[in-house]
Amino acid sequence: MISFSVNNVDVQVDAPGDTPLLWILRDWLNLTGTKFGCGVAQCGACTVHVDGQARRSCVTPVASVAGSAVTTIEGLAATVGDGRELHPLQAAWIEAQAPQCGYCQSGQLMQAAALLGDNPDPSDDDIRNGMAANLCRCMAYIRIKKAIKLAVRAQNGGRK
Amino acid sequence: MRVVILTAAAALSATVALAAGAELRRSETFDVIPDRTERSVALFEEMAKVITHPRCMNCHPADNIPRQGDERRLHHPPMVRGDEASFGPAGLHCNSCHGSENVAVVGHDRDIPGHDPWQLAPASMAWIGLSVPEICVQLKDPARNGNRSLADIHTHLATDGLVGWGWHPGKGREPAPGTQEILGELTQAWIETGAACPK
Repeated sequence: MISFSVNNVDVQVDAPGDTPLLWILRDWLNLTGTKFGCGVAQCGACTVHVDGQARRSCVTPVASVAGSAVTTIEGLAATVGDGRELHPLQAAWIEAQAPQCGYCQSGQLMQAAALLGDNPDPSDDDIRNGMAANLCRCMAYIRIKKAIKLAVRAQNGGRK
Repeated sequence: MRVVILTAAAALSATVALAAGAELRRSETFDVIPDRTERSVALFEEMAKVITHPRCMNCHPADNIPRQGDERRLHHPPMVRGDEASFGPAGLHCNSCHGSENVAVVGHDRDIPGHDPWQLAPASMAWIGLSVPEICVQLKDPARNGNRSLADIHTHLATDGLVGWGWHPGKGREPAPGTQEILGELTQAWIETGAACPK
């Protein structure tokens, strides 16, 4: 039995330890916001947070997160409040109309949240470097970058 | 048939040559060299078989971009060193993908490599683009080697877990030559003979 928390809820799963965390989230816990993209940590669609850090869940054995706190897109809003309001990045995503098809966006949002967690005021280069491993086949990169900047501005009370 | 036999013989010869090149000779092999400095140089050149191997060089870039694979290609997805900790840029640390151990991926011919920690060598320890003599001088320079003494360098090469990963790289990657134990012996013998560098 492997114990950890997902979005502040304690869970125990009786699964082989090498099962990718992605499939535990999607198939066992029915948290389907996290997407399968490439399966080999090349695209970022499966990004979640493990103890606050971005992690590619498709190559993360579930046994390796025992005792950890996992956050998925379903729990992102609750990381900054009571969960009844959107995370500033989610609000900015809507304001910037960032997604096109939307498939990669949960991974993009989780990656952006990790970026702002490490660096609340990123430069253009910081955004480029921190988001470079999240692919978007719709080429929404310009709007994603705009949304991140909007979120930064919102967090700074409208300044910058 | 003759052509086939010749081709097979050539392939066998190439395999033997490759295996010989991949060997790492033990330090006592060099005891036959009477001159202490020449012996020290020869010991470092043997160490360099490991140091210049992709398993080591790939994480010692001069341009802050890690390399991948035996062919030393640029890391994909795009990745940079980040700050001085060399764990990757803000939000995208090396362990976003590289866990505490190698991970097999179904249908993929290479494991995702892993070790805790997984990081680049410091920028001052960039090796890619340097010659073996230049690497040797750099390795001994406290200003560029993380203020390490020769004893510290021995400890690093002989016992560090991330260095040791080079001999256990998982599926799809060639291990570094020899063993970490042999590298440690070579390093100790190199130090005891004056830690001389090739010219």
